[in-house]
Amino acid sequence: MGAHGPAKGLTRWLFTTNHKDIGTMYLWFSFAMFLLGGSFAMIIRAELFQPGLQIVEPEFFNQMTTMHGLVMVFGAIMPAFVGLANWMIPLMIGAPDMALPRMNNWSFWILPPAFALLASTLFMEGGGPNFGWTFYAPLSTTYAPPSVTYFIFGVHIMGLSSIMGAINIIATIVNMRAPGMTYMKMPLFVWTWLITAFLLVAVMPVLAGAVTMMLMDIHFGTSFFSAAGGGDPVLFQHVFWFFGHPEVYIIILPGFGVVSQIIPTFSRKPLFGYDSMVYATASIAFLSFIVWAHHMYTVGMPIAGELFFMYATMLIAVPTAAKVFNWITTMFKGSLTFETPMLFSIAFVFLFTVGGFSGLMLAIAPADFQYHDTYFVVAHFHYTMVAGAIFSMSAAVYYWLPKWTGKMYNETMGKTHFWVSFVGFNLTFFPQHFVGLAGMPRRIPDYNLMFADFNMMSSIGAFIYGASQLLFLFNVVRTITHGEKIDDPKVWDGAHGLEWTVPTPAPYHTFTTPPDVKEVEAHG
Amino acid sequence: MYSQAKRLSQLALSPVLLALTMLSSGAWASNGQRWETNMTTSVTEVGQKIYDLHMLVFWICVAVGVVVFGFLFYSVFAFRKSKGAKASSFHENTTVEIAWTIVPFLILVVMAWPATTTLIEIYDTDDADIDILVTGYQWKWKYEYILPEGDNISFFSNLLTDKSEIYNTAEKGSNYLLEVDEPMVIPVDKKVRFLITANDVLHAWWVPALAVKKDAIPGFINESWTRAEEIGVYRGQCAELCGRDHGYMPIVVNVVEQGEYDQWLAGKQAEAAEIKELMAQTFSMDELMQRGKGVYTRSCIACHGANGEGGVGKAIAGSPIATGEVAQHIDVMVNGVAGTAMQAFGGQLNDVELAAVVTYTRNAFGNNMGDKVQPIDIYNFKKGQ
Repeated sequence: MGAHGPAKGLTRWLFTTNHKDIGTMYLWFSFAMFLLGGSFAMIIRAELFQPGLQIVEPEFFNQMTTMHGLVMVFGAIMPAFVGLANWMIPLMIGAPDMALPRMNNWSFWILPPAFALLASTLFMEGGGPNFGWTFYAPLSTTYAPPSVTYFIFGVHIMGLSSIMGAINIIATIVNMRAPGMTYMKMPLFVWTWLITAFLLVAVMPVLAGAVTMMLMDIHFGTSFFSAAGGGDPVLFQHVFWFFGHPEVYIIILPGFGVVSQIIPTFSRKPLFGYDSMVYATASIAFLSFIVWAHHMYTVGMPIAGELFFMYATMLIAVPTAAKVFNWITTMFKGSLTFETPMLFSIAFVFLFTVGGFSGLMLAIAPADFQYHDTYFVVAHFHYTMVAGAIFSMSAAVYYWLPKWTGKMYNETMGKTHFWVSFVGFNLTFFPQHFVGLAGMPRRIPDYNLMFADFNMMSSIGAFIYGASQLLFLFNVVRTITHGEKIDDPKVWDGAHGLEWTVPTPAPYHTFTTPPDVKEVEAHG
Repeated sequence: MYSQAKRLSQLALSPVLLALTMLSSGAWASNGQRWETNMTTSVTEVGQKIYDLHMLVFWICVAVGVVVFGFLFYSVFAFRKSKGAKASSFHENTTVEIAWTIVPFLILVVMAWPATTTLIEIYDTDDADIDILVTGYQWKWKYEYILPEGDNISFFSNLLTDKSEIYNTAEKGSNYLLEVDEPMVIPVDKKVRFLITANDVLHAWWVPALAVKKDAIPGFINESWTRAEEIGVYRGQCAELCGRDHGYMPIVVNVVEQGEYDQWLAGKQAEAAEIKELMAQTFSMDELMQRGKGVYTRSCIACHGANGEGGVGKAIAGSPIATGEVAQHIDVMVNGVAGTAMQAFGGQLNDVELAAVVTYTRNAFGNNMGDKVQPIDIYNFKKGQ
């Protein structure tokens, strides 16, 4: 087999069809977006440091909250996990590459222009999107700044990228598994991504539909979301959340997969309840399609609808709880060590469960009438998005970085990153539960004095959390340039799975001949 | 070197030090509950039930949390490799897996029961004593009391907090951003039904102590209700992002004795009758200018500036509208300009106010047009549409 290396120069990255190159580009791109979205968050927290307006005007504040949400969801978290999928899925199922490598290249390379387009709206006349990341009509249609058209085009391109990425992942998992790698032998990360990919294929077109209807309303005289023309602003919310709720599981399920790989490794014990983990993931995915209106309890639904969505939402607690119990039972009677990936994974289990509790509280419709659109909601979804998706992503990077680079990261710096993140994160978001319950609405640039103390605390926490990400960046770059070389294929003594059978660092081409899966334990 | 390091560390610590000073000095006075960590207690029976439900679910979560996190921390501490823990290899147990599926389900049923009964009660908007139509505007609320006998009364409720407090040049009062020029007034112990809608974008009418939060949707009318059991002043805010000044459209509800409410209502009705009478009158230039200045200060100044120099809105000084045809000027005032921040004031200001402000802007800021617009002109314009 004439194994050849990567092309030289810039064209390597521009024309590459190699899953590892594309995965690397996705990861760097998403980290850049993470810093961009994070700097928007810093502006938000700086303005909210004290009551009164000090730094930005309300108009710009609204652009910051909107862009923070959009960039973090579509630019940071989703591409980060797609990057991880690109790198790891072929390695985990014993495939030489993704099933559709050229489409893979394209689905990455349309992302940077999409986000350049979105970011450029900040410099346009009338400013960037200022209607919240949920872009409810008619604020985002009749009353939107002119840049909304660029926003719509940007969302279309991001959606296209996601759909292509998802199709590729499905095609790869269904067709390219090595002989003997049956579905129920696949590592959980592969399972969670397979299910996520189906969610993406199902709902990204719905998002595209929503923004297309907006476009029609704005430019072509339709009235989908305008009651004056026979439409309904609430229709927008139904369409948006039919996409939006599965979307939050699209964000979190790969994170579930990551910690399901890491916890067994550092517990030196197989994952407890593998089968039930797979079924729980599938149940969560199914339920995610029938709970969307719990984001809209105050919209004035008939009581029958309200009750249906409340019961369905509460049900999600069952499979989610099963997953949490499985992770903890995996650690129970193990032999635990606490390297950085494990610390992030344990924190994930702990903090995601806290987010699950506030989620259960929010599911209770009558109580939600008081929580809805307050900082309680902001606290809740940051416990799931940050402590869920971002913490698991950090864990993943530390876990697989030695395999990717052939070099070991600095453990002390990694642990410092973890503890500073952990403290900063909780200092930021825990007090937001309090101000939310006490009556502070979300998306306001200024607030009454009674909310001042906790807001200041929250801002200080956010600056700490933000700074700790620079340490993360430094540690990763330092690993690549100066890291201690390692060549043990296994890297971690408790690790299982095909990715640990290839040399370290992983060569440019792997599994050009399929491995014999019977020899290795496929999943942890 | 040392002094530089010290300076750097001071710089790095400055936000923390700032925070500590502010926390300890109590830099601002407030009668709102500082350091409040829990849901506002309600002055309605339904609100109390919501609060109890919130606490029930909270304590169940705490109990589950103690068990789950106890198990987590025990596993993390007891099975450390550094303490010589040897890993077992068990990886499934159908019995426990079934148990931890069924037990959470049963706990959910315990929560769902009171949630359902409370929800049914909240949805019962029948047999109200008073109906109030609440309309959200960018960025103020309009309250219209629907009165079975006599004419309805209506008024706008605007943020009262001065810009100087918002921009930190004056000390912030204790009701900073939670004070309005004209509060809603309702009687104690009466079922008040709110019919909630919006004029432009979505808003949401939320008063925590009355346990009401409902979206205000243009073109649709939502219903909600309250029965306040304690006299007092209750404050809330718009809860749905509605554009630039979303954070600046508070709600204040005065709950008063029935007698006081009747008196207030009678006063409002007399005011309305007076305005009706004024609409039939002809005003002198001075009167129109004086009234117009008042209207301008309340409704126009935020966008068009104190001297008509413009800002968010176009300049009025020398503007082609204010120095052009009267009919077109009235049209802009009454119907607004589609696709811009210029709202339709036809439904927000009465005919006297519209006439006065049109006259004022045609004759102030150097626009010496010298013409007058009377309430009857506005009336005729609206009728002719």
